[in-house]
Amino acid sequence: MQQYLDSLIAGGYFAGLPTEVVYLLGMLAVGAVVVFVFILNVAGATTFVERRVWARIHNRVGPNRVGPQGILQWLVDGVKLVMKEDIVPADADPWLFRLAPYIVIMGFVAAFAAIPFGSRLVAADMNLGLLYILTVTSLVVVGILVAGWASNNKWSLIGGIRAAAQIVSYEIPAGLSIMPVVLLTGSLNMNEIIRYQGWMPQDWLLFANPFTFVAFFTFFTAALAEGNRTPFDLPEAESELVAGFVTEYSGVRYLIFFMVEWGNLYIIGALATTLFLGGWHIPPITDNVVLQTILEFVVFFAKSYFWVLVAMWIRATLPRVRVDQLMSICWKYLVPITFANVLLVALWMLLVTPGGFVSRAVAYAMTLLGTVLVLYFFRRVLFHLRRARVRERNQLVLSPLS
Amino acid sequence: MRKKTSYLRNIIDTCTTIFEGMAVTFSHFVRKPTTIQYPDRMPVRVQDSLPFRYRGILEVDLEICTGCLACERACPIDCIVIDVKKDKDAGGMVMTRFDIDMAKCMYCGLCSEPCPTGSIHHTPEFEGADYSLESLIRRFIKDPVVAYKPKKTGETDPEIIPILERGNIYVEEFATPESNKPVGGDKPDPKAEAA
Repeated sequence: MQQYLDSLIAGGYFAGLPTEVVYLLGMLAVGAVVVFVFILNVAGATTFVERRVWARIHNRVGPNRVGPQGILQWLVDGVKLVMKEDIVPADADPWLFRLAPYIVIMGFVAAFAAIPFGSRLVAADMNLGLLYILTVTSLVVVGILVAGWASNNKWSLIGGIRAAAQIVSYEIPAGLSIMPVVLLTGSLNMNEIIRYQGWMPQDWLLFANPFTFVAFFTFFTAALAEGNRTPFDLPEAESELVAGFVTEYSGVRYLIFFMVEWGNLYIIGALATTLFLGGWHIPPITDNVVLQTILEFVVFFAKSYFWVLVAMWIRATLPRVRVDQLMSICWKYLVPITFANVLLVALWMLLVTPGGFVSRAVAYAMTLLGTVLVLYFFRRVLFHLRRARVRERNQLVLSPLS
Repeated sequence: MRKKTSYLRNIIDTCTTIFEGMAVTFSHFVRKPTTIQYPDRMPVRVQDSLPFRYRGILEVDLEICTGCLACERACPIDCIVIDVKKDKDAGGMVMTRFDIDMAKCMYCGLCSEPCPTGSIHHTPEFEGADYSLESLIRRFIKDPVVAYKPKKTGETDPEIIPILERGNIYVEEFATPESNKPVGGDKPDPKAEAA
């Protein structure tokens, strides 16, 4: 990006403007393109995909009337929300109430700058990319807290406080789960971490050793909690808090909160992909730079979107935890486990030479274990399907349509 | 806590139960949805799939209505109103009014049971939504109609025969409630029952 701008400046396109202004304009342009072309559509489409996936898990059909198979549903929902009245409650703090959604979306959009969609497709290839993402996504909690406070509503306030407590707590296991990766790769640069891995599953950090395997799951759990996703969606628990910190919001501001929630899912997936699943690595099949970049983007997107789907699937499976359970999961289980993990990985690095026989053998063994787990999983799925069929056969069919 | 739980036990339980739960929900994900997309995306119209004796909106075949007022008398909530008068010039009984207030009707089916020709009967149609109560009153007669008179020699009018046959199905249906169960030879005579 910078090189491109530099070449434009050298070409005399921005004569008379200071370099900093050109950089700023360039960043604004890129930011706008990323927001409107990628984030809006991904977050919007995710709401639709989530509703369909969820419906199928409930044996329902889901929204399928707007456009072919309902794929325009999210657009219609968005237009509906934009056209709604933007209400600010009389007793709310008018400035903070209006400001809160922008703080939230700022933290969320800023995270996209450091996500490597391809080896050349990263807006800001910074050395502290991972730290940067963890930091700016924490900005979201500030916005949520402000929203909860400024609404002047008990539900909003409880939601905001819960969100703050939850996100602050789960930052620790999330950070500690990332540590094994940082130790192994010796870098906080997202692209460096991906380059350390390979396109084959046994080259992924997920299967590098038993500790990174555990770290992946603790990371995913902590990331779900940070993104306020079920089973950790206490800040907006419908059955207790109406809508939590978004109770008083309507129209565009409400839309922004939900866009951030679903967009955050994608960031979780992208982080998991970068850290543990080999990122944008593709098999060496082509030398064409453009084709390579496209393939890398597709691979990265598919991998990260898979984890978005898994998050939806978890949402349809697990019930919400209680507040005390939430805290005990974090402090009694995740923190000690991840902490032990960090120490064990350090020990592993002392004892095992990277790329040596032992480390490769363990990587293959872990890959085998992962495959066996997946196969066993599908065996259980088949078992449940078969049992359902047997039950159906023994049941009296009462539907007049069958 | 009834059972003592240990730290490690909790972790193992968490992992195994989530694994199993995810398998259950995934198995639901690949099943066919059970949703019936009423009313426009159905394999068959609901009305066509309903059983014969389904009690939907009432209908009267005026061609075979004898004007006997049996249904009006049978109705427990008086939602049927029939006006009949003798008219020598027209040749017998003339009906000037046959109104059924579907907003009052409770779909008990007592009106169709005594009907001698099966003229009044429930249809499988059940979509009765409307904008006013007034329009739910079904007025079957606009101009006065001569009541049907059963002929001793059997019906000869080719237009009325199919309607009469259809009415007969209803008559028989109500005359022998157990007709769907095979009951030897002691099946009662439908005509005797109807009379």
